[in-house]
Amino acid sequence: MIKKTILSAVVAMGLAVPAAFAEGGGTYMEDFDFSYEGPFGAFDTNQLQRGLQIYTEVCSACHGLKFVPIRTLADEGGPDLPEDQVRAYAQRFDIFDPELDDTRPGTPVDHFPVSAMESAPDLSLMAKKRAGFHGPYGLGINQFVKGIGGAEYIASLLNGYKEPPACAPEDFPGYYNAAFPNGGVPESCKHEGVSTIQGSWIAMAQPLYGDDVQYADGHESDVRSEAADVAAFLMWTAEPKMMARKQAGFAGVIFLTLLSVLLYLTNKRLWAPIKRKKN
Amino acid sequence: MAGIPHDHYEPKSNGEKWLHSRLPVVGLLYDTLMIPTPKNLNWMWIWGIVLTFCLALQIVTGIVLAMHYTPQVDMAFASVEHIMRNVNGGYMLRYLHANGASLFFVAVYAHIFRGLYYGSYKAPREITWIIGMLIYLLMMATGFMGYVLPWGQMSFWGATVITGLFGAIPFIGESLQTLLLGGPAVDNATLNRFFSLHYLLPFVIAGLVIVHIWAFHTTGNNNPTGVEVRRTSKAEAEKDTLPFWPYFVMKDLFALAVILVVFFAIVGFMPNYLGHPDNYIEANPLSTPAHIVPEWYFLPFYAILRAFTADVWVVQIASFVTGGIIDAKFFGVLAMFGAIAVMALVPWLDTSSVRSGRFRPMFKWWFALLVVDFFALMWLGAMPAEEPYASFSLIASAYWFGYFLVILPLLGVIEKPSAHPETIEADFDAHYAPNTGGTKTLVEPAE
Repeated sequence: MIKKTILSAVVAMGLAVPAAFAEGGGTYMEDFDFSYEGPFGAFDTNQLQRGLQIYTEVCSACHGLKFVPIRTLADEGGPDLPEDQVRAYAQRFDIFDPELDDTRPGTPVDHFPVSAMESAPDLSLMAKKRAGFHGPYGLGINQFVKGIGGAEYIASLLNGYKEPPACAPEDFPGYYNAAFPNGGVPESCKHEGVSTIQGSWIAMAQPLYGDDVQYADGHESDVRSEAADVAAFLMWTAEPKMMARKQAGFAGVIFLTLLSVLLYLTNKRLWAPIKRKKN
Repeated sequence: MAGIPHDHYEPKSNGEKWLHSRLPVVGLLYDTLMIPTPKNLNWMWIWGIVLTFCLALQIVTGIVLAMHYTPQVDMAFASVEHIMRNVNGGYMLRYLHANGASLFFVAVYAHIFRGLYYGSYKAPREITWIIGMLIYLLMMATGFMGYVLPWGQMSFWGATVITGLFGAIPFIGESLQTLLLGGPAVDNATLNRFFSLHYLLPFVIAGLVIVHIWAFHTTGNNNPTGVEVRRTSKAEAEKDTLPFWPYFVMKDLFALAVILVVFFAIVGFMPNYLGHPDNYIEANPLSTPAHIVPEWYFLPFYAILRAFTADVWVVQIASFVTGGIIDAKFFGVLAMFGAIAVMALVPWLDTSSVRSGRFRPMFKWWFALLVVDFFALMWLGAMPAEEPYASFSLIASAYWFGYFLVILPLLGVIEKPSAHPETIEADFDAHYAPNTGGTKTLVEPAE
């Protein structure tokens, strides 16, 4: 509700944004409605926990989260897991300890492991390095109400595995993904060197097909919701202090607005004898 | 000091006299704070306070960030993530510092364009202007080196491109570039010296800010009419001025608070809005980003740098005349630094006898076009180097130079200025009922 009000206020201010699709160099990009968007948005703890489950059971086979300390899974404004669960969770990883010169079970103070496959990028900051919202007119102001757009990119990518277009040869290496901007495109799908199709070919095989995991909270597990859940989780790994930051920003704006009003009145009063009104 | 006549600090108690005869520090503070200030200053005169605040903010947040940052190529990126995740309030410090740089440049551009419109650079304020331009140059150097420190992809490739500019200088370029980088390419030595200089230069800026303030406290502030404060007697000067404290301190603080509301909204709700997403990818010398875009505050001059390609006729003439010493790359570098140099030389390029743009009917339009030109260049700097942007960049760059080198000198000769008020008091009284002579009237007008 509050978000709707702000959205309409921003639209009224002439900062209207194209509603559904952001630009992305001819790629498919869906605007997911994440709970953390906008100044008052907050992470959905259940969604982050579901996303963690997807990451653990699917993504972590290849991808790492090397910048994320495991203990932060217990953080408020994050997945908010109980500490004993975090301790138990950490033990599933074998961490190399240089002091022992051997591996040992993980503890909460360890970070998540690095990528298991060298060609798989680390996912810690993926939601920030693939910011997807740049509008309107490339100004990016829609980030104020829609968030940075990186999670949308991730969710769209996981949803973007489609039938390859007819122009492509069958043996073209990789997997066609309508949301992937930087991969290879067969020459037969180009016109004067410019791609005529959405997206490109990605090295990663389709990771999510729906019902890949069993959610404890009984939430739907089709591809779309699984993709949204893991994307929200990766937004948290990229920006773990988002809730605290928004609260601080909110306090700052309120305090400074109040200060502005007081200073305005002080200044007006101070100048009143100098700036006499014309009769 | 040939300043505006005003009351000076008089030590009263024995203790004050004791101190004043040994170190007149209270007197210095008093005279600085009570400086007579033209009472008709408008809202464009608030940026100085905003800039002072920005410098303090950047130094304070920067010192704390430096306590947790590691200037080493394998650890720099991770140490920034350490600040974001593990340091108490570290995410706030870093976002304040990163966005503080943007606020700093918003304010400095507003400050510079205010000076350009109201002729604040004209005699006797040339030194103030030149010092200001030096501060601006140092700000750009500091901002650029600061952007390299997180060691993301844009940090690395931005550093590669910008230091490459120095390599374009004939004869000495290559050794100069090696000196800047501390080696043949951007590497650990580069990161270390950039960190060292990024920490040093703000204090040089702080020193120059003091000289900047000293200079304009000697000449007195300019004001929207460009008419000087009368200074034959103290009584006359007081009709044109008010003491800086409390009148302008309160006004400036109010403006600062309003600006900080917007600033905190950006820091709190969209702190990565002005940054490039690629800078969250750790630097990789083996992978060049698709577009290398500098920070927004460099874009106008980046557009000028790129505008002069080898097929532009002035570049071809320059290359022919100098026997190929000035090639397209070096010409672009000269143009970029030249664009700032012509701005620095504006006190001697503007031939008009009238100071304020308010009373220059033709100048007003050319100035408005310069502001549009500046924003156009900023937009063009972010666009890819292809048509039609390349042609637009060339036109916009030509206007930038044309304004300073042709239009300003000519306007002073052909323009007929409109009538301006005799005194600041007259200008002020045209807006507000005249003061009846320094004493308070018995009846205050109803609010």
